[in-house]
Amino acid sequence: MSVREYLRQMPGQGGVTLGNGLSARLHLDAPLLAALMLLALGGLTVLYSAGGGSLDLVARQAMRIAAGATLMVVVAQIPPRSFRFWAPVVYAIGVVMLILVVAIGFEAKGAARWLHIPGIGRFQPAEIMKLAVPAMVAWFFSERNLPPRLLDVVIALALIFLPVVLIAIQPDLGTSILIAAAGLVVLFVAGLSWRLIGLAVVVLLVAAPLMYFFVLHDYQRSRVDTFLNPEADPRGAGWNIIQSKTAIGSGGVTGKGWLDGTQSHLDFLPESSTDFILAVLGEEFGLAGFVLLMIVYLVIVGRGFFISWQAQETFSRLLAAALTMTFFIYIFVNVGMVSGLLPVVGVPLPLVSYGGTSIVTLMASFGMLMSMHTHRRLMSY
Amino acid sequence: MRRPLTLKDHHHEQRIFSFRLLVAAFLVVALSLVLVGRMAWLQISQHSRYTTLSDENRVQTQAVPPPRGLITDRNGEILAANRPDFAVELIIEQVPDLEATLTRIGELVTLAPDDLERFRRRLASPRRPWDPIPLRGRLSEEEIARLTVNQHRLPGVRVAANLVRHYPHGKLFSHVLGYVNRLNAEDLDAMTLTEQSNYAGTHYYGRTGIERYYEQRLHGKVGYRQVETNARGRILRVLEEQPPRPGANLRLTLDMKVQRAAYDALGDRRGAVVAIDPRDGSVLAFVSRPGFEPNLFVNGISHQDYARYREDHDNPLFNRALQGRYPPGSTVKPFIGLAGLDAGVTDWQRTIFDPGYYQLEDNPHRYRDWKRWGHGWVDMTKAVVESCDTYFYDLGFKLGIARMHDFLSDFSLGQPTGIDLLNESAGLLPSKEWKRAARGTPWFHGDTINASIGQGFVLATPLQLATATAILAHQGKQVTPTLAADELRPPPRPDIQLNDDRDWLRMEHAMEEVVHGNHGTARVMAKDAPYRMGAKSGTSQVFSVGQEETYNEEELAERLLDHALLISFAPVDEPAIAVAVLVENGRHGGSTAGPVARQVMDAWLLNEQGELDVPAPLTRAPTAGETAP
Repeated sequence: MSVREYLRQMPGQGGVTLGNGLSARLHLDAPLLAALMLLALGGLTVLYSAGGGSLDLVARQAMRIAAGATLMVVVAQIPPRSFRFWAPVVYAIGVVMLILVVAIGFEAKGAARWLHIPGIGRFQPAEIMKLAVPAMVAWFFSERNLPPRLLDVVIALALIFLPVVLIAIQPDLGTSILIAAAGLVVLFVAGLSWRLIGLAVVVLLVAAPLMYFFVLHDYQRSRVDTFLNPEADPRGAGWNIIQSKTAIGSGGVTGKGWLDGTQSHLDFLPESSTDFILAVLGEEFGLAGFVLLMIVYLVIVGRGFFISWQAQETFSRLLAAALTMTFFIYIFVNVGMVSGLLPVVGVPLPLVSYGGTSIVTLMASFGMLMSMHTHRRLMSY
Repeated sequence: MRRPLTLKDHHHEQRIFSFRLLVAAFLVVALSLVLVGRMAWLQISQHSRYTTLSDENRVQTQAVPPPRGLITDRNGEILAANRPDFAVELIIEQVPDLEATLTRIGELVTLAPDDLERFRRRLASPRRPWDPIPLRGRLSEEEIARLTVNQHRLPGVRVAANLVRHYPHGKLFSHVLGYVNRLNAEDLDAMTLTEQSNYAGTHYYGRTGIERYYEQRLHGKVGYRQVETNARGRILRVLEEQPPRPGANLRLTLDMKVQRAAYDALGDRRGAVVAIDPRDGSVLAFVSRPGFEPNLFVNGISHQDYARYREDHDNPLFNRALQGRYPPGSTVKPFIGLAGLDAGVTDWQRTIFDPGYYQLEDNPHRYRDWKRWGHGWVDMTKAVVESCDTYFYDLGFKLGIARMHDFLSDFSLGQPTGIDLLNESAGLLPSKEWKRAARGTPWFHGDTINASIGQGFVLATPLQLATATAILAHQGKQVTPTLAADELRPPPRPDIQLNDDRDWLRMEHAMEEVVHGNHGTARVMAKDAPYRMGAKSGTSQVFSVGQEETYNEEELAERLLDHALLISFAPVDEPAIAVAVLVENGRHGGSTAGPVARQVMDAWLLNEQGELDVPAPLTRAPTAGETAP
């Protein structure tokens, strides 16, 4: 008896379809969808204020979210085994494109992140790697016994750090950190031994100062300096962080009220609609608004973990966990940076910050999560 | 063949995975708590600190300078006004790169080398921090537009609308009005804290003349407004406003017509004219020539212009009427004469014989009369009319310096008149005590003799001569020359009482003869006069001529020629104007200064048809409250 037959005969499960119509026909996950819609609506509300009451800005962001949502629905229709099948191919293409970008960057004697592809337009290969790297590592481990052996760990690390290094030298520190984290999460949930984890932490602590002095670009180094002591240059590099802390702190528990934030409306807060939009939220909606936002975020993260936990196949399991964790890292890095807890790295607040290709990538990853969840019972073993 | 198949242990794998997922979930919760904790720390425990910072960011208190009071003449003619002006200003503290910014501004508006030089001078001189420094004023509409469009590229640069002091009549009133110029740090240092806060928004300060003397009154009281600004300092809304109290307008006693007549009558000659209404001390005209262009000083005079004034031998910045000390010459004779009459040293009948010189009994030195061959038999009237020196040598010697000094002091000679202008010169009325203290030498008879014809040590300003004439014309009634129409100033001394009141009229009559008599030294003044006037001419030596020497006027450099002086009053019956005229190197008092005085008096006393029409004196009300320094 095939697994399919076995499943079909299980009582109360209705065969290939799940009980929920939305999930069965459209392969969408209702709780995740609801939380994402709530988040997008809230994000647009804050953006309206951050953009100084510009409906134009809100409309463009809504279009982008709509495009992302469409992609999400499309991706949700694709069965997870296709992700698994295509993972190595997309990964390989991504690495080749990253090498091209670096080469062009050398040619232009400056930073290059974009690739112009005729017919498609501007394209940022680093963005696709946010999905391709964890998928690749998940694919790699799905073929092997877990917990991973040392050799497998080494190979996995190589698979992770090849694109990460290529992105870091573009230079795009924020994205490379996110991708490294996504890959490492796969390694972690796959069962990397605690001893190796401990070793990695020690190595990192030793390497961080060395990185600071020998690897980081000047502008990256100054960001770290600014993070460590923003008051040293209040009118220059420290300005952003001082102004965002001032915005948040002056918001208090209940905030100054929607559209009444002075820091952003009087232009004291730079990047108020993009990376620093949390400061606007903190100023206008206060701690209460922030806690609400975190609850919505945690609902999404929790749902992601649940999907991962429910997954019946190693690849889906690992990938779902990695995508979910990446989403949380976005949040942690952005909030940490805007509130002055972490150095300034260019990471947007997911689905709230204006613009960026990150929205499309994020929505695609939610499409993958939904696909994994709703195709569960149709897997063929 | 593939390597031996090791079966996946799904249960083990699942257990590890679930546990790891649990750890990850814990990590997420823990990190979320860190974030919430961080936000709570910022928004609860640091809330008040950041609220303050946020308010300091956006709310600024700005001082609003009061508009300066206007200055008018007695008829309401505006002499000092405020003109709106658009200027490009730099707040240095907000300018990231000064040189680049100046270059960029230079591309948008024309900057003369003078503008830049003045700007750098202001930059180098002490100033209030965050105080905008003007770079160029008088921007055209087009220049304002260009600057506004490019404002985002020019942090710390702004176009400001200011009220700038403007003197519509330029040189005409320069020495009496003075001027304002930029308030500087030294001015502020000299103020009390209350005064400093009152000047918080002010850019101009009265520097000389009326503008300086009545600074407090003209300045007004500062206003404040709380404004909300954006990060670039642009004002978005006014939160609270307390409007400034404008400076009080100041009406002067000066009369435009009389001032203009005096100014024009002097022409290009160096000199001064002061005209006073003896009925109340009102100053009708106050002219010193050459004048200067006060508008040049308001926003800082250029080096070039200032050098031009400084190097000018005519010294246009020197206020001759207020500070010029000149030997009064024969113009003191009426006063000396009154002193002699009052002391009983002489009377109207007494005559002396003038051989052309005066000699002391035991001394061969001859004090020469201006008329080489003498005036013959001379009495008091003839001595005044023909300005006989010998008569006054004799009179002065008999009177003695002490009595002369005391009597002349009552006419405000040798001491400031008390006019409402600063830095008035006291002139010099010599005495034995003064000479011992100042020169360390004893007083000689010759000193007395020289003093009795207004030479030697005696020095007076044109203002003092006009004041003395006004007192004489009103028969000893004291006046303080006053420029502000609403100032009621107490006389500095009790009125002068002569032993015989009739001596006033007789002396005035003698002075009338100077003009209207056949031998008067100022006969030229009387031509076609519809009223009668009194006068006394004077000629004061710049260059002393030795004994038995004659000198040729033409051969002397122009600047060594005698100064021409004249005092006069009119109409004789009820004097309504007293005028003192000084023309430097004008040689003859009567012929040079006389016509000047006549034109000034005509301007005051005659109406448009040329008929006598004496204006009523100003009705004055003392101002309550503020008093000048």
